[in-house]
Amino acid sequence: MFLVDVILSGLILGGIYALIAMGLSLQYGVARIMNLAYGEFTIAASFLAYVMFTVAGVSPILALAVAMPASFALNWAIYRVLMTPLVKRAKSPGALEVDSILATFGLLFVVQGILLMIFGGSYVSYSYLAVPVQIIGSTVALNRLLAAGLAVAIALALTLFLMRTRIGTAIRAVSVNPAAAPLVGIDTTAYAAFAFGLGGALVAASGVLVSMFFTFNAAMGVVFTMKALIVVIMGGVGNIFGALIAGLILGLAESLTAAFLDGGLTLAVNFALFLAILLIRPTGLFGKAAR
Amino acid sequence: MTAKDWIVPLAILAAAVVLAPLPLVAGSYWMALLVNVLMYAVLATAWALFSGPTHYVSLATAAFFGLGAYTMAFLGEKLPLALVYPVAALIGAVIATIVGLSTLRLSGVYFVIFTFGLAELVRQVVTWAEAKYGGTVGRFVFIDVTQQGIYWMLLGMLVLVLLTGFLVQRSRLGWALKAIGEDETVARHAGIDTTVSKVAVFVISATFMTVVGAIMAPRWTYIDPSIAFNPIISFQVLIMALLGGAARLYGPILGVVPLAILFEILQANFPNSFSILLGLAFLVIVYFVPSGIVGLIDQGRDVLGRAGRRRAHPAE
Amino acid sequence: MRITHPSRRAVVGGIAAAALAAPQVRAQAGPVKIGFSISKTGPNAGGANVTTLPNYQLWLKETNDAGGLKLPGGQRRPIEFVEYDDRSQSEEAVRNIERLVNQDKVDLLLPPWGTAMNLAVAPSFNRGGFPHLASTFFVERQPELVKRWNNMFLFLDRPSTAITALTDLLATLKDKGLGNTVALASVQDQFGLELVSAARAGIARAGFQIVMDRQYPPGTQDLAPIVSEAARLKPDMFLAFSYPPDTLALTEQARIAGLNPKVFYTAVGTAFPLYKQRFGANAEGVMGIGGVDVTNPRIKDYIERHNRIVGREPDRWASTTTYSTLQVLTQAIERVGIDKAALVRDIAANSFDTILGPIKFVDNQRVDQWWVGQWQQGEFVALAPTKVGGTKAPIFPKPAWPTA
Repeated sequence: MFLVDVILSGLILGGIYALIAMGLSLQYGVARIMNLAYGEFTIAASFLAYVMFTVAGVSPILALAVAMPASFALNWAIYRVLMTPLVKRAKSPGALEVDSILATFGLLFVVQGILLMIFGGSYVSYSYLAVPVQIIGSTVALNRLLAAGLAVAIALALTLFLMRTRIGTAIRAVSVNPAAAPLVGIDTTAYAAFAFGLGGALVAASGVLVSMFFTFNAAMGVVFTMKALIVVIMGGVGNIFGALIAGLILGLAESLTAAFLDGGLTLAVNFALFLAILLIRPTGLFGKAAR
Repeated sequence: MTAKDWIVPLAILAAAVVLAPLPLVAGSYWMALLVNVLMYAVLATAWALFSGPTHYVSLATAAFFGLGAYTMAFLGEKLPLALVYPVAALIGAVIATIVGLSTLRLSGVYFVIFTFGLAELVRQVVTWAEAKYGGTVGRFVFIDVTQQGIYWMLLGMLVLVLLTGFLVQRSRLGWALKAIGEDETVARHAGIDTTVSKVAVFVISATFMTVVGAIMAPRWTYIDPSIAFNPIISFQVLIMALLGGAARLYGPILGVVPLAILFEILQANFPNSFSILLGLAFLVIVYFVPSGIVGLIDQGRDVLGRAGRRRAHPAE
Repeated sequence: MRITHPSRRAVVGGIAAAALAAPQVRAQAGPVKIGFSISKTGPNAGGANVTTLPNYQLWLKETNDAGGLKLPGGQRRPIEFVEYDDRSQSEEAVRNIERLVNQDKVDLLLPPWGTAMNLAVAPSFNRGGFPHLASTFFVERQPELVKRWNNMFLFLDRPSTAITALTDLLATLKDKGLGNTVALASVQDQFGLELVSAARAGIARAGFQIVMDRQYPPGTQDLAPIVSEAARLKPDMFLAFSYPPDTLALTEQARIAGLNPKVFYTAVGTAFPLYKQRFGANAEGVMGIGGVDVTNPRIKDYIERHNRIVGREPDRWASTTTYSTLQVLTQAIERVGIDKAALVRDIAANSFDTILGPIKFVDNQRVDQWWVGQWQQGEFVALAPTKVGGTKAPIFPKPAWPTA
């Protein structure tokens, strides 16, 4: 049925948006790093999956096993080497934000430059699991369904991890009040680095999965960063579940707008929705009150 | 105002007088570079008028710049040129008032991304409206403004924005902004009308940005929403102002000039490794110039002051 | 960035010659400095890196391997490139051209990629009197623009011409069982808008009926709603005026949703090697903008050379057009040398022999060209307009997508 088609494709798109944003939710929410280079890592992971698929015939699902640990390690190292000096010298959270914006802006150019050098600026695309799947009378692409499904799974798993485990609780403590965390024996730097790395693993997962159906090139990182920023802020900083809900809402809105309003307004409605939600809830859907 | 109070305005005017005759002697290439520097100097200084003291980081620069560019595209051939700029200023002021009032409850990173989302919303809506009602997405701007003309207009705008900033800083409004930047709740309790203060300066800042957009549009012959409302403009202005130091009036210019020169050197000599080198340069700057260039100057002053007679005043 | 360096002897010889030569003629020996601003990064990079940059590099290598550009009188001078990245920003493009003209003092300029970039630099080209051979410039108002800038030569005709070719071709399929319903999708950009506006008029003239007419913002890669709607309507023709990422997304989604019209057309990107790479045999029968005569030995030779020297395939539309601009330039230089004004006059007046056949400008506009192509057995062949010659008959109807 038509409405089912629209809603389902909207939820899938929304899941993909959420997947793209989840890593940033951790990196910014916990480690307090406004990582403007975030999208570059998405693209880097996409390229990795592309190379592994076209050169070695390795499926992107398997490529996840390579990309995620590698990205975790890389991002963890980036936090320890590049970010910790900034954290140490920041006199206030605002100062850290400013510094991290400047530093990750530089990082953005470095990563993009490396990708450009290796792959050039041309579009790259491949097809994997582009098979139709029937769900409640609607036909969807398996690869997109998989990406969206994994987004939900990861969000739930992460939320459970953050809520139910000791490490997760420590991470949440760092996220809520980095200054007070050491008072209860939490090594803030270690946990922040871990969370940053974990965010890196997530961004790699998103990059690998979306490469199955998106067309990308080395210059497209900023598009992903901007999308992720919107989703993270709309959901409320530091809230993984919020990012999921925000993503789903945006995807649904886009799909409904395309079907019932005017296809040219899909992104406009997205942004309008984002602004409206912030006006009603100034710290996002599930964000805590402003400090 | 005492005699000392006239130093800064006179310095600004003196600098303008020195810079004004340049188009008569400098070649076209240097003029192009200077136009670029001036554009960002005005935008960054205007940006810091609001975002500097209040610490509300705005990414809406591109929205107002684009509005100005579109004003020129629409009205440039219909009105005498001299009228287009004030009309652009007016449009910018009106939109900025609406925007300013709508963001009052937001703060911190939510404010930042809100302004970004706003700029993107404007871009999307203009694209859609143009396509649906205008029958075109791009607009040709065949207005006869020479590079020299653009240079002089931008120079004039720079003088204006610096003088405005100087006056605001020394006024009650400026003092109110600083108080808001320190602690908004306290400021409100101290009797400051934070709403009026914030919106007023936001409007002043945005008006300058809009006029700059109107000035620059003829240079590109053709604009469409992705060109006029390019988010890169917002980010670049932010970076340059933060680099220079957004707390001082002349801070952003100190960020714009070195960065513009850096961009140019890298672009001209290493076009194939531009990205990587620029990124590395940024990282170096962030790690070795932690308080912005203004911070460097303050440190320099501190050192000199200590080496000399009494201690210099601590930096802000 | 310099690609070749002048030898010292050439420079010294050049200085000596310059001291003796007439004031407006520059050094006779030494390389010809040719500059350009190109989008190596930013949103235009995808197009520029397939269509423009490889052709410039190919031309440089081939010309210099043969000893350089041939000048009147038989002598040859090598080409030296000075290239800058405009990062897909108009302001940067303008400044790059300023730098090229006033700092690097190049002899000639090559154009950037895309309508917006070419418009940004057109006044500078015009002020400097440089021949502006535009091969990725595609906007309805172009005839009035070349009146304003008569140093500009348009290798692509207008969007409405492209559409007329398409609708004329579709009209010929009417008595082969085409049916008459059309679903339209267009990217909400000047390009998509001009094409779809022309299409609506052309479709009405051909007596077809529009059953769907949807737009989407540029950058959208999820086109499921549009494709699902089209699939449900089961149109006879699906025409999409799209950019490469959306072209690929629409095709993918059409296969998944089971959208099997008799004619399936996507615009830019269909002619890219990337399209065949992604869809393989599934591309069979898909129509798109562009197309080349693959039986033409010159074109086959060009494709082979491009592959060998650049290391990847050219596209089957604007790549060939861009290469032909370089051939035109080469031939004009052979007749009149590196004299900008003379080059402009020569290009306006004469006929040129290129891989796309003879090119002669009518009011600075190249008219005869292929507009509709189709993937047939792994090659994107030209279908229309047939009066240009070198076209093949269309595969009709398009074979249904396999579901796996």
